[in-house]
Amino acid sequence: MSDYRAPIDEMRFVLQEIAGLADIATLPGYEEATPDLVDAILEEAGKLAAEELAPLNQPGDIAGSQLENGVVRTPDGFAAAYRHYVDGGWNALPFDKDHGGQGLPWSLAVAVQEMWNAANMSFALCPLLNQGAVELLQAHGSPEQKERYLAKMISGQWSGTMNLTEPQAGSDVGAARTRAEPDGDRWRIRGQKIYITYGEHDMSENVIHMVLARTPDAPVGTKGLSLFLVPKLLPDAEGNPAERNDLRCVSLEHKLGIKASPTCVMSFGDSEGAIGFLIGEENRGMEYMFTMMNNARLSVGIQGVAIAERAYQQALSYARDRLQGREMGSRDPDSVPIIRHPDVRRMLMTMRAQTEAARALAYFTTASLDRAKADPDPEVRRHQSVDVLELLTPVVKAWCTDIGCEVASIGIQIHGGMGFIEETGAAQHYRDARITPIYEGTNGIQALDLIARKIMRHEGKPALRLLEEVRATQAKVGQAKGAAFSALRRGLDEAADAFEQATGWLMETFPERPQEAAAGATPYLRLTGTLAGGWLLARGALAAAEQIDDPDSDTAFLEAKIATARFYADSILPEAVAAAAAAIRGSASTLALEEDAL
Amino acid sequence: MKVLVAIKRVIDAYVKVRVKSDGSGVETQNVKMSMNPFCEIAVEEAVRMKEAGIASEVVVVSCGQQNSQETIRTALAMGADRGILVQSDAELQPLAIAKLLKGVVEKEQPELVLMGKQAVDNDFNQTGQMLSALLDWSQATFASKIEKSDGKLTVTREIDGGLETIEVALPAVVTADLRLNEPRYASLPNIMKAKKKPIDTMSAEDLGVDPSPRLSVVKVSEPPARQGGAKVGSVAELVEKLKNEAKVI
Repeated sequence: MSDYRAPIDEMRFVLQEIAGLADIATLPGYEEATPDLVDAILEEAGKLAAEELAPLNQPGDIAGSQLENGVVRTPDGFAAAYRHYVDGGWNALPFDKDHGGQGLPWSLAVAVQEMWNAANMSFALCPLLNQGAVELLQAHGSPEQKERYLAKMISGQWSGTMNLTEPQAGSDVGAARTRAEPDGDRWRIRGQKIYITYGEHDMSENVIHMVLARTPDAPVGTKGLSLFLVPKLLPDAEGNPAERNDLRCVSLEHKLGIKASPTCVMSFGDSEGAIGFLIGEENRGMEYMFTMMNNARLSVGIQGVAIAERAYQQALSYARDRLQGREMGSRDPDSVPIIRHPDVRRMLMTMRAQTEAARALAYFTTASLDRAKADPDPEVRRHQSVDVLELLTPVVKAWCTDIGCEVASIGIQIHGGMGFIEETGAAQHYRDARITPIYEGTNGIQALDLIARKIMRHEGKPALRLLEEVRATQAKVGQAKGAAFSALRRGLDEAADAFEQATGWLMETFPERPQEAAAGATPYLRLTGTLAGGWLLARGALAAAEQIDDPDSDTAFLEAKIATARFYADSILPEAVAAAAAAIRGSASTLALEEDAL
Repeated sequence: MKVLVAIKRVIDAYVKVRVKSDGSGVETQNVKMSMNPFCEIAVEEAVRMKEAGIASEVVVVSCGQQNSQETIRTALAMGADRGILVQSDAELQPLAIAKLLKGVVEKEQPELVLMGKQAVDNDFNQTGQMLSALLDWSQATFASKIEKSDGKLTVTREIDGGLETIEVALPAVVTADLRLNEPRYASLPNIMKAKKKPIDTMSAEDLGVDPSPRLSVVKVSEPPARQGGAKVGSVAELVEKLKNEAKVI
């Protein structure tokens, strides 16, 4: 098992230079997020992640969560670590101040979230799901519901869950059959939900389930789903957890990864019916879900970044220690650390560059969430919301999680045979990462969301705005000096042209041959992510080049930023051109072979 | 009881320290700095005393460059009430720091000064002892347990032979050892509150102290790299090597 150290210099750089946190700190409500406070928060969260959560990661994977008589026991140490996390007030970081939140920017919250996930993704899933439940309640709960539940969920004393999936209703949530029947001013819920992350556990005092169910005579499909709040323990008049509700965890899934995170099959209403409270209006549950889904998708994208970072740190440390083979071209008979071998160096640089690009895109996109929320100018809010946040959210979710898997896989490769052996811990990162392209909307669904809802519905404008931004940066790259910038100039030119062509293809193909457009959606998303990542690394390299002359600057760090951007331009940006070809040319051939002939 | 805690900013314990190429010292530029771990223990003890109603106010003081403010903020986030920075860009050696602290003590009039037994940068283990001598106060070094009873402290000390329990009259200087406590993580609300807590800045001149170094560093060098071991075939060979090669017997 390896240590984890939060990459604080890198996080600070991306937050300030790429996400523009200093600007965000001028927006009303975010004034507290000054650089010294941000530093103090990153430092302290980094300590908690490194010293408390990271050491539990591998033991948690080995022990897993266990179900005994309806009670789920998380691995040793998880409950105590969660108490530290809650007592430290960390759960409240991004939430509005009304019910005990700290009201700090989401862009800062994602950096901190990256630390929790890199240290221990199974642990971090509990707060991640709770975050979605809090957002739902904040946006759609009644004043009475907020009063009763929000403060405890924001502090983390109570945790929240999301109950959407049923055996026959996965990506197609509209097929859900869980029923809700009125019973006075509340409802009785009956049905089974699956894949409920932290549906039952011993870390928080109470579990608040957000359940999608169908009321009598509700229309079919997603338009007939209503949202209910169903507590594990019903609060008494004082708001303390009291009577046990009619719901239970009937089994835990056996999974490839995130084994410490209990994935529950939940049964609601086996006897008298679980008591639930309607949130908002009937039949609008799915619509409400979308208010938190964007954030949840960003958070899952961050998990991709987090796992990539952890895998990189582990592989780097192994590559420095492992002595094997002689240095190429050298007569020295001694074995050298494998980091000296060019192919190992290539793998490490690929891991590093992809991770930095994914982080840049994830933080940048999250910053648009803060801007869309807090900028006083409605036109800026609209632009940030439609052209940046909505456009890039599916890209962050899918591209960053694909990178998480790829980087974790390279991490195993660097370990060689030892990587295939569980004890080293490299394999765990790969297994843990593998869920991220699946949950919170599969990456295929993200690609469809990108082309249909985010681009075609706005007549392609958000994609063209992105291209304009890239071209504006290209102009600055064109004026900068040095090998890195000429590499970036060339790489960005080719990738931006490819994106322009592919967007043209999409605009033409989608209205006439939607099936073909859909077949090209995934390569198109890959292209978008690859280009956007390169664009943001170029912006980072420009900022680094500007700072490097300052005698107080950390020259080694800034040089590494520029060198990493150069590697990305030379070795990864060309993939954008290939992805464009796969979208444009490959879409028809994807469907050419008849279904029966497959 | 008012408690003054002296803290030092040092290279973070996880950083691999590098010697400057000219041998004049170690590289500190762009190196992660943190509070000396023993100082963290001293701060934690003071905050616990405050929580237990034993301490009325916890004041942290650090002597050093402007950026020692960040280290003071860390202590404020752990629960100290206010900070004092004795700002000096000059190299500060233990005696100078002890004199500066004496000046602060005379201004602040605490009943107890808590500090780390030593700092992990130079491992001097001198400042607390010097301060107690300069003030003519009682001292208790290497504390692993501190209890207060009317006007006195009972302190358990970690010594080579085991534990020693002594009583000291207040006012006193106590230096913290590793097992005194386990420092807390600062909570997010306290990090945010720390930003608003006051930090006074003063200079050596304000305290009437000449902080110039009395010791001069001749040379700083890396410890020699570890040599590879060797296997010996027999006891006789071992004895022979110890005698003639290592020359230890």
